Amino acid sequence: MYSHGSESLIKQAREIQESELQRFYGRLVKLLQGKEFGRETVDSLQRLQLILTATKYTRTLPAELQRRLFSLLSSPVEQLQVLSSAVLRETLPPSGKELNYTENIGQLNTHTAALLLSQAVSRADLSSLCALVLRSLESRQSEGPVHSLTHTLPILNTVLTHSPECLSEDHLTLLSKKLVDWLRYASITQGGGASSGGFFIGPRSRQPVPIAELDGTVSGDFFTVLCVGQGFTEDQWMNVYSFSMLHHWLLTYHSVSSGNAAADIANRLQLSLSLSHSHSFLNDDRSEVEGSVVSMVSATSSSSRLLPPKERLREKAFQYCLRLIEQSDRMAQKRTDADLQKACLVEAVCILNTVCVEEVSLVYRSFPCVKALFGRLNSDLTFARVLLPVAQFYLNHGEMVAVDCESVWKLVFGRFPAELYNDPFLAHELLRFLRLNLQNLQLRVPQYSRSFPNLLKFLAWDSPAVVDDFVDLLPSLVTTDTAVELLHTLLDLPCLSATLVLQLRATCSPISEAGGQALHSLDAFRSTKFRGLFLYLLRTEAGSGDTIDRLSMLHELLAEAADWPRVAHCAQTVPVMLHIFFNTIITIADEKLLASLILAMLERSTLLLNLPIYIKEIHRVFSCHLLRLCKLHPYVVVDQSHVLLEFAGTTANVYSKEEIYTHVVWVLGEYLSVSRDSRCSVKLITSCFESLEAVLFEITSSTPPPGTACPTPRVITTLMSALAKLASRSHDLIPRVSLFLSKLRTVTRGGSVTWCSDEEDLVAIVTRGEELWSLLKTPGVAQSVLTPPPHVTTPQWHRDTNMSMPLQLRTLTSLTHSQ
Amino acid sequence: MVRCFLIHTVCPVSALSPGETRVLYSRVFGPDDGVLDQDRDLNPEETRILLREKVAVVARQVTSAVSLSREASGRPPVEAVPGEEALALQEASSGVVRLRAGDPFSQEMSALWLGVQSLGFTLVCEPHENLLLAEGTLRSLTRHCLDHLHMLGQGSEVLLRSSRIDFLLSRLLPHGQLLFLNHRFAQSLEKEVAAYMAK
Repeated sequence: MYSHGSESLIKQAREIQESELQRFYGRLVKLLQGKEFGRETVDSLQRLQLILTATKYTRTLPAELQRRLFSLLSSPVEQLQVLSSAVLRETLPPSGKELNYTENIGQLNTHTAALLLSQAVSRADLSSLCALVLRSLESRQSEGPVHSLTHTLPILNTVLTHSPECLSEDHLTLLSKKLVDWLRYASITQGGGASSGGFFIGPRSRQPVPIAELDGTVSGDFFTVLCVGQGFTEDQWMNVYSFSMLHHWLLTYHSVSSGNAAADIANRLQLSLSLSHSHSFLNDDRSEVEGSVVSMVSATSSSSRLLPPKERLREKAFQYCLRLIEQSDRMAQKRTDADLQKACLVEAVCILNTVCVEEVSLVYRSFPCVKALFGRLNSDLTFARVLLPVAQFYLNHGEMVAVDCESVWKLVFGRFPAELYNDPFLAHELLRFLRLNLQNLQLRVPQYSRSFPNLLKFLAWDSPAVVDDFVDLLPSLVTTDTAVELLHTLLDLPCLSATLVLQLRATCSPISEAGGQALHSLDAFRSTKFRGLFLYLLRTEAGSGDTIDRLSMLHELLAEAADWPRVAHCAQTVPVMLHIFFNTIITIADEKLLASLILAMLERSTLLLNLPIYIKEIHRVFSCHLLRLCKLHPYVVVDQSHVLLEFAGTTANVYSKEEIYTHVVWVLGEYLSVSRDSRCSVKLITSCFESLEAVLFEITSSTPPPGTACPTPRVITTLMSALAKLASRSHDLIPRVSLFLSKLRTVTRGGSVTWCSDEEDLVAIVTRGEELWSLLKTPGVAQSVLTPPPHVTTPQWHRDTNMSMPLQLRTLTSLTHSQ
Repeated sequence: MVRCFLIHTVCPVSALSPGETRVLYSRVFGPDDGVLDQDRDLNPEETRILLREKVAVVARQVTSAVSLSREASGRPPVEAVPGEEALALQEASSGVVRLRAGDPFSQEMSALWLGVQSLGFTLVCEPHENLLLAEGTLRSLTRHCLDHLHMLGQGSEVLLRSSRIDFLLSRLLPHGQLLFLNHRFAQSLEKEVAAYMAK
């Protein structure tokens, strides 16, 4: 683990003095001048690497040392290659012509290539490296060490990633041919070291031993990465490397011939992941052949020799994947191989997906196999991550072969989130799958947006890890049908988080937990009495039941969960999600939905899991969006005036929900006006006025209830302003406000009052009252100030060049400056 | 392909001030994606600083992911001593961090992490990579690092023998290429690794 010793080493390396460094360089050059390099050289090189890597700033090596290091790259000792490559990677690439790496390289070993790749500064660099690599592939000699060629494919794959256009059409053809050879025609006998005969049988009579499958049986078909032997031939190694880069190659290679490479790759990736075609159904189920002696893959291979290289590679890739899928059904003897089988299945299905996007006819040939695979694996959740690419395949091509995808979606939106919410990798992959296919899913999979109670389990379980995905996904889950339920679900997300913890505990630990602190909530979770409540939280689909009336009981049961870290993390993400929710609502909401949302907000402002910071944050979010919604749709205020008035008329809300209360009062004062909504009657204004007046009177004439703080000046002044605004619209009310305001001044003249502890605050309140009072003395002015017409509040002077304020200012400035 | 592999500290260690993360080893495969972008006019020195900062961003993001995940699970990391590498690996926590496009790489990436006590082992993959395979590769790399650099002990071999990691990567993750290696292929590579480490 990390020790003080290591830390001080880094410090030393960073703070080394220039003079000392120069001496060190000098010593190293001397060491490298010798013929033999001993331990000291290796240690010094290693130390040099540490000195260079310890700082983010670049150190410049003396030219002589750099040259020496460069020549070490082709040293026969691999350790020296590794070290010199590592050291040179930390230095600047040689500038100009003084030392051109590519031209000075005799033999390109993997460590030299690593250096060249990391220091490539232009496409030209990559192109020349590419040419070098391809040359070594063309002049293919079978002598040389085993790994002589293997590193070439990863190098090409790197080039492919960064700059696919470095490969010309000829290169592509050459490589396509090579890949076909390695993938489909690697030796089927074991490489070096394998011996079948006994001790007395000489090497001459040694028979070639066929390769084996993972379950130990003799392999009857071509070589793949799932074949084993005592040793491997070079072409078998190349088979592994070829397959490892095959998917990326297939995704990329069509883009090379076209001009706009980078954008094209992105498109292709997107395409292969989400494209789908519509086509007629063709029955091509070959699964009956599966059990027969001849492998189904070889039996179905067509006369592909006639195809052009790219198409031929596609065909061979297709065959290879079918064989892998077949091989993955075998019982592997090693656990690591069983894992590899799963990874191979993922890769195989992804490749099939890609080739099917390219070549539609392959869809009919692949589907039986993919379908059989789904049939084989769908009941085993340990294969969930394999089933995701299968789901992708169904989404892309299911429509074309008119297959029923229902069972696939049941798994992806049903069992996966419900049972595997605690698998971070599945969560990541599933949410990515949703993100990439969003449009397609919304179009084709109706249960997608209804499955939010289930999908949100990922967020409830591990909020920090997946919050980013939900930021992208949440808008797609907001629909007019489910918005209200979604709002409730989001607000109860911390409860869901706690319930998931309890669910896992309940299954992990025995009923009678000996020792350890017993959890009340766990008992509640197990009790049949509360079963319904928890089952509601754990529901997998929207629209099944409603427990709002018993919500407070649930919050009591889960009270102890408030300080569980998982619940706390979750509570922190809810405000973010709510902002996204309301931002989406604004784009889709109709009158009816707005009404129910406002109702839900006011109702839920008291019904929240008891986590003080959480409650405060939620109130803040509600306030902000209540204001926005009313601003955009002022008619809502008149529509929902009874609900808003009931809320605003309840004095207790001033103390417990100050933030929301203030905003509701402001909204009422601002938007209850004939100029906003013609339905706004004098009666309505008067009843609103009376409710607010009663509250204001109550809070300014009594001490706050025990245990609560004094109402803030903001809420009092907001109430005063609202009253003044309403009065300015119905002049009969003016005397009542004036009376109140004059009383307020009289009361406070005595100094302290019980409802405001801070003297400065009190002064501010009184000043505000006096301002409003004097304003109301001239009702005409009061109306135009307190309810300004729209052209004053939303001026558009900037659009009128003659009236433009900047223009006028500029004119004035020029006049004053010229004098 | 895999864009980079790094080893860094993940939880407050006594040698560092709290909240600080130290990158002990990092290897970025291939050129930086900004380099080939003609619009961005950076000299090699600036490119290097930029790359280092990118690596530091990944390390910081993973560090917070690891500590949040540990906090949520409520399980303190198991203390293993040298010789118990297998146990340490078995008890390691793991996860994925989504790195949005531009933060810090120009395209979106997935950072797979494995938290072994106070150390994090992280693999930054292109998101279309086979993450099952990447996970297996990360485990195998981590096991080799723990074994061959005696990382459970107090020594500083991760700094002083970092070329061993370079060698491991050249075989198990050549140029960032994830390999489908069955146990026989893996064994044959392990023989090479053992021979190299014996020197």
